[in-house]
Amino acid sequence: MNVKTGSNLIFRSLRPCYIHAPLSLRSFCRGHRQSASQPPKHAKRAERAGFSPAETSKYDWIGPPDRLSNLRPIIYHIPENETPLERKLRRLRQETEDWNHEFWTNQNFKFSKEKEEYVRSQLSAKGLSERDDDGRKRTLSSEEMAVFYKHFLDKNITRHSSYNREWYRRNFTITLLMAKVALHNTWRILTGQTRGTGRAKGKTT
Amino acid sequence: MYKTPCSRLTGVWKCLPRDGLVGVSVQQKLIANAARSHMSARSLIQLCRKNQAEWITFQHLCFLKRQYVKSSSGLCQRARPKQEHVASVLDDRDDSVVSQVQQIPALKPEPGTVVPPCNPVEPEAARAARLEARQWKELKVEYSDLPGIYARLSKLKLTALVVTTAAAGYAMAPVPFDPVTFLMASVGTGLASCTANSINQYFEVPFDSNMNRTKNRPLVRGQISPLHAVSFALACGIPGVTLLTLGVNPLTGFLGALNIFLYTCCYTPLKRLSITNTWAGAVVGAIPPVMGWTAATGALDPGALLLGGFLFSWQFPHFNALSWNLREDYSRGGYRMMSVTHPGLCKRVALRHSVGLIGLSALGPVLDVTTWTFPLVSLPINLYISYLAFRFYRYGDRQNARKLFFCSLWHLPMLLLLALTCKKNRVPQDEAAVSPSMPSLAL
Repeated sequence: MNVKTGSNLIFRSLRPCYIHAPLSLRSFCRGHRQSASQPPKHAKRAERAGFSPAETSKYDWIGPPDRLSNLRPIIYHIPENETPLERKLRRLRQETEDWNHEFWTNQNFKFSKEKEEYVRSQLSAKGLSERDDDGRKRTLSSEEMAVFYKHFLDKNITRHSSYNREWYRRNFTITLLMAKVALHNTWRILTGQTRGTGRAKGKTT
Repeated sequence: MYKTPCSRLTGVWKCLPRDGLVGVSVQQKLIANAARSHMSARSLIQLCRKNQAEWITFQHLCFLKRQYVKSSSGLCQRARPKQEHVASVLDDRDDSVVSQVQQIPALKPEPGTVVPPCNPVEPEAARAARLEARQWKELKVEYSDLPGIYARLSKLKLTALVVTTAAAGYAMAPVPFDPVTFLMASVGTGLASCTANSINQYFEVPFDSNMNRTKNRPLVRGQISPLHAVSFALACGIPGVTLLTLGVNPLTGFLGALNIFLYTCCYTPLKRLSITNTWAGAVVGAIPPVMGWTAATGALDPGALLLGGFLFSWQFPHFNALSWNLREDYSRGGYRMMSVTHPGLCKRVALRHSVGLIGLSALGPVLDVTTWTFPLVSLPINLYISYLAFRFYRYGDRQNARKLFFCSLWHLPMLLLLALTCKKNRVPQDEAAVSPSMPSLAL
């Protein structure tokens, strides 16, 4: 598999962000904000998802693990009259998901590719063909593979540590934001405010 | 298509620590399956006893069948490494009978089954999780599922083991047994452990998704949100540490909080940065028995440190052997473990600490924790684990690593039990006895 096919696969499996409410009602209620910036991107993403949640569902949906990154995609529910805080949270989560997906797809792809190259080179150094007499692929022993595993880890240490830092930062930010949204919503329920029909009533941070 | 590797061994390892009676349960399941498949008990036994040559053919058939079905279905991402898988199952005499015989139902395709189970010794829960993972699911929290989710989030079985070691620490302390303090110490330790495990899972979501051993965890599956997990952790941690501090003594509370910190903020990030994570993890494992002891006596006696030392040394043969067979997953996931980056050190350290256990046992009578019989009665099991560690050091193969790991699972409970039976009986002295039900002011 060459890099081009790999990148095609990455492109194809980009996660969707799907609006649940009927489109006509949505564009009437929400005004221009949504429709101006998002439908073209959403339409593309929704096609690629291959799945659309029920229109009456009020929850996020989580899908099967992605083939390449092993991460599960989430389709976020956009509530009616989403507050700016909620939108910020949703966008951050979506962006983190895409970023994570890209990193892990890359990681798994590189790992598999380098592993195959290593096996091939080792086998050819030994003078063996890739497949044995029964047509099965030859594999190396654990000890020979261990050399490759060590090498892979050492080669990628900087990439991994910068990913870790970024992941921890994003995780914390998302959780804090979720806490803020939860508190904000609780406060609104307690003080008897309902979700406004426009920007006017929604509290901005 | 580059598929993510799936090691069958991890599935086996997943089973055994979880349920020591897996042999029994598999046998029962087997008989039930056999009845359904209209195979007589005799033919089953015959299959068991057939020679190894026939096992190869039988296994090979199932294996090829699975490969064919897998290649035609798009979604299964758990491709096994091919020949290695067959060879490794054959290597393992302990499991091969069980896993071989379990193959029988797989040959008769059941209606509605698209893909036969990748792992025949897979527990029902994991299989259900795997099948469920193929569909889109609404992220609505079902309140009836919550206890199960919390149990998995807090790694309940590991927590139970931690509480057991703390209880052993309490029991070994030379003070009269007070059930109230004992209960509070156990509950507090359990809650602290739940907190630490939940935060650990919260930090590790993308890494857990990519490793076969951990991909059915609640946060990976999206059963609860990250905020929910953190709230659960706080809801366990704050009462837990408070209970330890106020209900037992401040020293134990401090140790509990320290342990949470060490596990979540030292061990978890270090796993991806440096091999020193194993030593940090060993300290985390050593603290609970110390907590049990300080709950009883209120002070950090040498006896407490000895018990902590047992746990510390035990961690190395246990973890090094476990990680030896997970090297591929660790490498792909970016975990820096000794088994991957410093394999020689990994084996040496496991051996060193296994032998060290013998020395530590000898310290028991010296520190007045146990009688002199303890080093003698514990010598057989200590020698056995050292022998297995030596074989692991010498040959460094999967088979020996697995043997060492499984030995460590029964070695620790056995050692603690022996220590308990050899506990030095003290004549209770009135002036020396500190009432354990009052929070100790010794700190």
